[in-house]
Amino acid sequence: MSARGAPVTRRLFQWVDERLGASHFTRKALDKIFPDHWSFMIGEIAMYCFVILVVTGVYLTFFFVPSSDQVTYHGAYKALDGATMSAAYRSALDISFKVRAGLVMRQMHHWAALVFLAALIVHVCRVFFTGAFRRPREVNWIVGVTLLVLAIMNGFFGYSLLDDLLSGTGVRVGYSIALSIPVAGEWLAFLFFGGEFPNTEFITRFFVLHVLLLPAAIAGLLGVHLAILWRQKHTQFRGPGRTEQNIEGSHLWPSYAAKSVGLFFIVSGVLAALGGLAQINAIWIYGPYDPTQAAAATAGSQPDWYVGWLDGALRVMPGWEVRVFHHTIANPFFPGAVLPGLTFGILYLWPFLERRFTKDRDPHNLLDRPRDAPVRTGLGAATLSFYAILFLAGGNDVLSSVFRVAPESITNLFRVLIFAVPLAVFFVTRNACRELARDKVHPFGGSLGSRVVRTPSGGYELVEDPTTVVGAIRSDLAYTDDPTDYRPPPST
Amino acid sequence: MSQAQQAMPAERRIAALLLASTVAALALAGVYIAGGQPQAEGALLGVALTGIGVALILWARGLSTEGTVVGDRGVLDDVEDEAAIEARFDDAVDEPGRRSVLKLFWAAGGALGLAAVFPIRSLGPAPGRALLQTAWKPGSRMVDVTGRAVRVDTLQVGGTLTVFPQGAVNAGDSSVVLIRVEADQLKLRPGRETWAPQGYIAYSKICPHVGCPVGLYQADVHELLCPCHQSTFDVLDGARPSFGPATRSLPQLPLAVDAQGFLTAQHDFTEPVGPGFWNRR
Repeated sequence: MSARGAPVTRRLFQWVDERLGASHFTRKALDKIFPDHWSFMIGEIAMYCFVILVVTGVYLTFFFVPSSDQVTYHGAYKALDGATMSAAYRSALDISFKVRAGLVMRQMHHWAALVFLAALIVHVCRVFFTGAFRRPREVNWIVGVTLLVLAIMNGFFGYSLLDDLLSGTGVRVGYSIALSIPVAGEWLAFLFFGGEFPNTEFITRFFVLHVLLLPAAIAGLLGVHLAILWRQKHTQFRGPGRTEQNIEGSHLWPSYAAKSVGLFFIVSGVLAALGGLAQINAIWIYGPYDPTQAAAATAGSQPDWYVGWLDGALRVMPGWEVRVFHHTIANPFFPGAVLPGLTFGILYLWPFLERRFTKDRDPHNLLDRPRDAPVRTGLGAATLSFYAILFLAGGNDVLSSVFRVAPESITNLFRVLIFAVPLAVFFVTRNACRELARDKVHPFGGSLGSRVVRTPSGGYELVEDPTTVVGAIRSDLAYTDDPTDYRPPPST
Repeated sequence: MSQAQQAMPAERRIAALLLASTVAALALAGVYIAGGQPQAEGALLGVALTGIGVALILWARGLSTEGTVVGDRGVLDDVEDEAAIEARFDDAVDEPGRRSVLKLFWAAGGALGLAAVFPIRSLGPAPGRALLQTAWKPGSRMVDVTGRAVRVDTLQVGGTLTVFPQGAVNAGDSSVVLIRVEADQLKLRPGRETWAPQGYIAYSKICPHVGCPVGLYQADVHELLCPCHQSTFDVLDGARPSFGPATRSLPQLPLAVDAQGFLTAQHDFTEPVGPGFWNRR
């Protein structure tokens, strides 16, 4: 603090404190300790993507027209001149071609959504594989999973708004999944979409959901997520001097705050560069959605990546449906509603399921390394491979044309892989974890306490060097020598 | 001494980054004033923001002289406070004579919640028969998307056309794919012998899986393919699904040729078109 600046800032702080009494809290906040591990930054990347989404989204709202009124296009994009389209699609074209800086904003918005979901999912993986969801953090796990669900939904509503051929097809699929729900499906679909599809209601509805309800819910829950984090303090990895009762890292002010704000600027900068340089969702190529279905969506129709697994599930599901007592449980219900229901149901319940199996009810502030919990890590990796296969299956038409194989063969292959791969991944991962824990070797190190040295005469020889055992320092802290032991470490 | 030597290049780098950021931001303003150019805007904004970001992180690294710090975690729960809260809560609720009134609060709240559900009904029409019928009427002429009526000589064998009932081109549930094949190749189902005059056969274009337009016709193998999820339908055999997630044949529209040679529908589909639902038999 410079000598000249001091009196001014001092007077300012005094003015605020006299009125708000904020100094006590602020002082504690500035000294708040944040762990330095890089993996704690992934959640922040997601948060900063959300900030960018709000900023660019507000800008887009000024120009977007949420209406399915049919208009004739006479705009800057000559290839569609004279085409009949919805006012929503026309305004999206105008944002792309007429509004200055509009295309960059729209593409930044789309990229930010893609990165937002990616960061959220990697963040969930970080929390899962390190056991950070365990007591006392079950509540924040539930808040976090809810944020993921809301983010996926809002992404879907967002790209549906533009009413291009691709997104309209996606809405139709969503409507059909709602329709397939037993007993209540017809009413649910008619109330949510405003009647039989296609209709003129859904754009207005999706708009309200996309720009108001869901962002407000996400912002509110993000606040709750951070408040709980603030109260409970971060977890930390094991290390010399780290215990269940203390926390090691840097103070919020100044080093952590500067780094975090720096991260915000870097995330924004990368998204801006992507928004300008990497074309995304070129809606003018797809053309307007045609409710009469005269224009066919062509092969190679893929949704945004974070719903790719659902589309893949629709594709690999065999042609089965249930008909009982003059009623039908339609085919899309199983991949479209049961699968996501199970996915997020199990995700929500995981902390409690795991507690049931491990009988571990202790609070944990020290994290597991993935290898410390081979069964959990194996299950997590198997689950990820399951969704990766579904994601690939969502591109079966693309794979079919790239590898020149019949789509039928590709789909049949995926129907086998969807069971075989997760099973294999589970056993390989679990055993790898056990081996890593047993041999105390870092997965990417592999050095076993010796190194090759070149002798003055030009030859080579192996010399003992314990310092080259990568990961040895941490392995010394291993709490058990039995790699099959799935009990948590005793708190030191 | 050595610290000062290290500090200098770092500060120079920070200064360079901030300078680059400033230049990029000013250039961005220039590009905007000059009419805008998406690639330049994105790249310049990227440099302006990333420059500040990297500079901040370098700055933070330089000033963390305190290094790592350790703090106490403290405890989350406080048994005394919990007991006090519970006591206060019970005081308000457990007052003698008020227990029965409390139940009425629940009743009133529940009734209000129930009443609040009803406005949801305004969000859409009742499903009713909407899913069971389309705009096809007995004698409806077939028109293409421009409204031109389809005559018996409109298509060659192997040809295909998307058609609608005359006067209802916008009816989303009524789009039909009309195909002409060699009449003797058709395996018409019992009761449908008159539905395909002169090799013209018509199926609902809405996939019975999740409703995509079944638009890809492979004339050599007489198959209709849905581009979304690759359900495949055998045109000659009543549009039976031969592959993919679709479980049902495409509904077939019974055709006729009227006195003037126009193609018409004998009547509406005999089953609901499009994706399945609970009350579909």
